[in-house]
Amino acid sequence: MIRHLMKGLLRDRHRSLFPVMIVAAGVSVSILMYCFMDGMVDDMVRSSARLDTGHLKIVTRGYNELMTQAPNDLSVRDSDAMMERLRRDYPDMEWTGRIKFGGLLDFPDENGETKAQGPTIGFAADLLGEDSKEIGRLNLESALVRGRLPSSPGEIIVSEDFIARLGVEIGETATLIGSTAYGSMAVYNFVLVGTVRFGIAPLDRNTMIADISDVRYALDMEGATSEILGYYSNMLFDAGDAAEKADAFNAAREGQESDLTPLMLTLRDQNGLGIMLDLMMMRSTIIITIFIMVMSIVLWNTGLMSGIRRYGEFGVRLAIGESKPHVYVTLIAEAVLVGLAGTAIGTAIGLSFSYFLQEVGWDVTGMLQGSSVMMSNVMRARVSFTGGIIGLIPGLAATILGASFSGANIFRRQTSQLFKELEV
Amino acid sequence: MQNGNLIETFDLVKQFPIGGRKFTALRDVNMKVRRGEFLGLVGPSGSGKTTLLNIIGALDKPTSGRTVVIGMDTGKLSHKESAMLRSEYLGFIFQTYNLLPVYTVYENVEFPLLLLGMEEKKRREMVISALKWVGLDDRARSRPSTLSGGESQRVAIARAMVKRPKLVLADEPTANLDAENSFNVLDMMVRLNEELETTFVFATHDDKVIRYLRRKITLNDGRIVEDIETVPSPPGQGGE
Repeated sequence: MIRHLMKGLLRDRHRSLFPVMIVAAGVSVSILMYCFMDGMVDDMVRSSARLDTGHLKIVTRGYNELMTQAPNDLSVRDSDAMMERLRRDYPDMEWTGRIKFGGLLDFPDENGETKAQGPTIGFAADLLGEDSKEIGRLNLESALVRGRLPSSPGEIIVSEDFIARLGVEIGETATLIGSTAYGSMAVYNFVLVGTVRFGIAPLDRNTMIADISDVRYALDMEGATSEILGYYSNMLFDAGDAAEKADAFNAAREGQESDLTPLMLTLRDQNGLGIMLDLMMMRSTIIITIFIMVMSIVLWNTGLMSGIRRYGEFGVRLAIGESKPHVYVTLIAEAVLVGLAGTAIGTAIGLSFSYFLQEVGWDVTGMLQGSSVMMSNVMRARVSFTGGIIGLIPGLAATILGASFSGANIFRRQTSQLFKELEV
Repeated sequence: MQNGNLIETFDLVKQFPIGGRKFTALRDVNMKVRRGEFLGLVGPSGSGKTTLLNIIGALDKPTSGRTVVIGMDTGKLSHKESAMLRSEYLGFIFQTYNLLPVYTVYENVEFPLLLLGMEEKKRREMVISALKWVGLDDRARSRPSTLSGGESQRVAIARAMVKRPKLVLADEPTANLDAENSFNVLDMMVRLNEELETTFVFATHDDKVIRYLRRKITLNDGRIVEDIETVPSPPGQGGE
């Protein structure tokens, strides 16, 4: 009997091929959409953490209030000792110092006269330390466009677009003109050894990157850093754990009123990222939920129509002697098979496209011109376990539900009424 | 069945809701059908023929009254018991053939036997035998869409007869057939009725069918207005 019914299912394209195609299409689009939205949020968190916020960040209270101005006079003093303590107290985290600064980058000609210059936003990281992971964390090797990374003190890399605009070459001297942590004028010569492009619009405009020791010297910040960033060893942000650590750290310093009192911030506490992430998550959840509901209704309707179309056939089968529960069970079994096949195919297609978007990405450089959001110019999907199973909702559940509803009419209607569905 | 009647109806009433009103399709129908009869429910469209046939076949339930078919009160049967009655004892032939289009001729005829859980070897023998009765054993692998109207109806007859039912209910079986095919099909039914003692009940207003009947129950406006024995006059016996 099962073989007989399977033959019917396979031969009737309206019952097998077309529903499977519709389910597969719905499932693949649902998965692609989920993975893409998930990838966007994930990319934003990772980019922000790597380049700017860390998973945790320690600054002084005064610096926190004026953070957008990079007030290095309010930097963390004796930061090396503090990082030692942090490594001891939080062994699951990796800690590193960064200095943010602004200034003018001037390229002189052979006579010492300005050949080209432009405002720069700089940041200093531990590029030359033996155990430092900053080059990998900042992804500098893959961001390198020309030249090489700094390997000796006094060397810098600058964003490729900035250098192209200024019309200077690798190997030239670059003079940073800025202000020290104490407010006096800072002038320091570097050698340009390479150019980078991060694919993040705000960073690619006019960034210079130098080793932290050079910048400490240039800005008169010996032993200090503007920020100490903490990263989970597995590079995965744990919002709950981070909030607990920050609360405990800050609670231990309650009552200290100095501007130089250290303050621990989580990734979510910075740059409005918490609200932005919540909003993005909420929006993407709403969009995905609506989309999956719509897809579910479409696929439910497919199951429903497939069932209604066959009322006549059910009538004949009942007349021949098949029982109503048996007809109903076979209808559900067919829906399970169609749902499983469609979901499997749709999941494979959806994950393949998502993987492609994860690896290759979608270049939206043009849309991010002038943007200050720390977001990659190439939007990528993220293939995850949830993405792999989310298609079950529209693919399997909705299809079976549709068939269940349409099949329920087998019990509600008189058998003779089912025949009338056939009499066109 | 103890009294020899295959079908008995008692004060049968069937009403259908139409709009806000109720349309009475059958009014106090009382009839008895004995084994081996070849009878027709005749009358104009809307007289209640098909409704009565559906109630006899346990495809529909009466609004009031009782129907006893092969000793079973169809109004009291569960889904499963109704299915068992149809599966074991009844065969249906429809005006529009109602063959399952995705199955071959062989598979259509085999379907009732699958429901009876019959083993494959015996099934094969019975299907081939049924197809030979109707002269379509050479079309066993064909799909219904490749058959003519007459051939389709013969497959439907084979499907109804393959399990050797006690009762065949045929609703306007010749309505879509030309005269030659109609007479062929009817000749076949008469032969099966005589050879296997299968009881045939037709719902029809086709004169070609009426000529073959041995008993004619005339319905009008849901009531039995005439119930008479008739002498068959098929074309081969001097009719035409």
